[in-house]
Amino acid sequence: MLGYILRRILYAIPIAFGVSVVCFSLVYIAPGDPLQTVMPPDATAETIAIVKHAYGFDKPLPVQFVIWLGHVLTGDFGMSISTRRPVILEVTDALANTSLLALFAVPIAFSLGYAMGALAGCFPGRWMDRIVTGAAVVGVSLPNYWLGIVLVIFFAVEYMWLPATGMGPNGSTGFDILQWSNAKFLVLPVITLAMIPVGIIARSTRAAVAEVLSQDFVQTLRAKGLSEWTVIRHVLKNAAPQVLAVMGLQFGYLLGGSILVETVFTWPGSGFLLSKAIINRDVPVLQGTILTLSLIFVATNLVVDLVQSMIDPRIRRI
Amino acid sequence: MGDTVMLAERPDVREEQAAPVTKVRGYWQTVGHRLRYDPVTLMFAAIVLLIVLAAVFAPLVAPFDPYKESIIGRLKPLGWRDHLLGTDELGRDMLSRLIYGGRVSLLMGVVPVLIASIVGGALGVIGGFAGGRTNTAIMRTMDVFYAFPSVLLAVAIAGAMGGGIINGMLALTLVFVPPMCRVAETATTQVRSLDFIEAARATGAGTLTIIRYHVLGNVLGPVFVYASSLVSVSILLASGLSFLGLGVRPPTPDWGLMLSTLRQSIYVVPTVCALPGVAIFITSICFNLVSDGLRSAMDVRL
Repeated sequence: MLGYILRRILYAIPIAFGVSVVCFSLVYIAPGDPLQTVMPPDATAETIAIVKHAYGFDKPLPVQFVIWLGHVLTGDFGMSISTRRPVILEVTDALANTSLLALFAVPIAFSLGYAMGALAGCFPGRWMDRIVTGAAVVGVSLPNYWLGIVLVIFFAVEYMWLPATGMGPNGSTGFDILQWSNAKFLVLPVITLAMIPVGIIARSTRAAVAEVLSQDFVQTLRAKGLSEWTVIRHVLKNAAPQVLAVMGLQFGYLLGGSILVETVFTWPGSGFLLSKAIINRDVPVLQGTILTLSLIFVATNLVVDLVQSMIDPRIRRI
Repeated sequence: MGDTVMLAERPDVREEQAAPVTKVRGYWQTVGHRLRYDPVTLMFAAIVLLIVLAAVFAPLVAPFDPYKESIIGRLKPLGWRDHLLGTDELGRDMLSRLIYGGRVSLLMGVVPVLIASIVGGALGVIGGFAGGRTNTAIMRTMDVFYAFPSVLLAVAIAGAMGGGIINGMLALTLVFVPPMCRVAETATTQVRSLDFIEAARATGAGTLTIIRYHVLGNVLGPVFVYASSLVSVSILLASGLSFLGLGVRPPTPDWGLMLSTLRQSIYVVPTVCALPGVAIFITSICFNLVSDGLRSAMDVRL
């Protein structure tokens, strides 16, 4: 087991390295010079050369990459062009707010999807089965930010039960989850974010449960005279690794989907930071946020693989 | 998989072979036959066709000029005067803009998938057929792109390059190449070890001939089905990009962009503001269901 954990972690390192190469190159696929945004338009060629030298932009690309990677590893993501704050502070602040959303959205989405899928898998062809099939198709076809807009129209505009956008009432400092006046700002973004993966998770759970149900050992369990509940418990346990894999993937989509959902609700999380960075052409913030979110995704996949192999050692891939 | 050899194993086909009157259908005939008796898929395919035709012939279908603004007719509800679906924040007819908006959305939905199928498919076939180091090099590179959630990768590339239709398409293509490559690689690896490839080689067929006549036929099925499922993903991602301001520039009508600009007006005409999303949703779900139908008709497991 320990050997597998080490091998799996070693395998994740080149991936993380590749991810950082892609993020590093983002600055260079941006049109124009990376310095263009910080330099005044009337700067002389000499000044540009001096600044270039100061920032290390005159060095060959691989050298620049190593320097950049060194900075990143020590937590220095550069300065935000629009706010002049260190990118790392911007990203960590935003990430805390996104985590707050995920803290509620992920358990809701995963438990709801799992329950629906398990129910559909245990009673194939019944009403829950149909709902799951429909919900999965709707889930992959629905633009999640539009779902957010529709929820806002319904709950904030028509009925005014919940606030439309933002995080906390005007002028408030600090977000106190225990106060309804604060917590109600969470409701709509969390629902929007949670609804999208439910269908997919339910469909995958259903498929996994159905597959396990068709295996021989289920018949043995029944033949032994175990109660149906005990049989189902065995089945769900055997379906868990497959479901877990899908959940890991969906966590990534949730992370990515938060870009649009946070933009709709102007929730000051990492996705909103990203969309602000795009509007302001703030490439360092763009780079830092993308790098952080992707590394979180890489780490999630790593954890999912490890947990999966703990539940079921047969599926060790490397 | 997509060859007749395996279809002959299917009990229904064998029955037809046994009967002296009916003739044996080829693979594509079987697929066509199955599709003909799948009313759900046919219905959604018809809707897709309708959306595509409306977008292509937009100037003939649209009741108004999608760019014609009207100061007095701004943000009017459904059915206001002749405007069946109301007007937007500049008084432009919503129905016409939705019809015209389908052009960009469909273009962004189909073109990246098409290019990614060719590029990713080729990479996958090369990797799968060559095996060994070439395969490892290609697939490990793809793994890196897999490490990004797809929305994030699209936003990162389009955001860094500064938006626009071409950049958006490029970003989406890059998002779809890795999964497409993986599908083609899996199919190729499966076929490569089969006996008939060995037999072809024994008869003196060159690598290119084998790929052309024996591998591609088996890879195209999965690639085609997977590509058809990616179209709706592409439409969703593209609309998300333009919602973030990374797609077309105003005043060009585009569903994602319309949602983004109309978002300011949800307190005035909520229903009208939600309409572009309905268009995205309907288009995307129809493509999805057609793709599901194709998958079962072509008997492809991805």
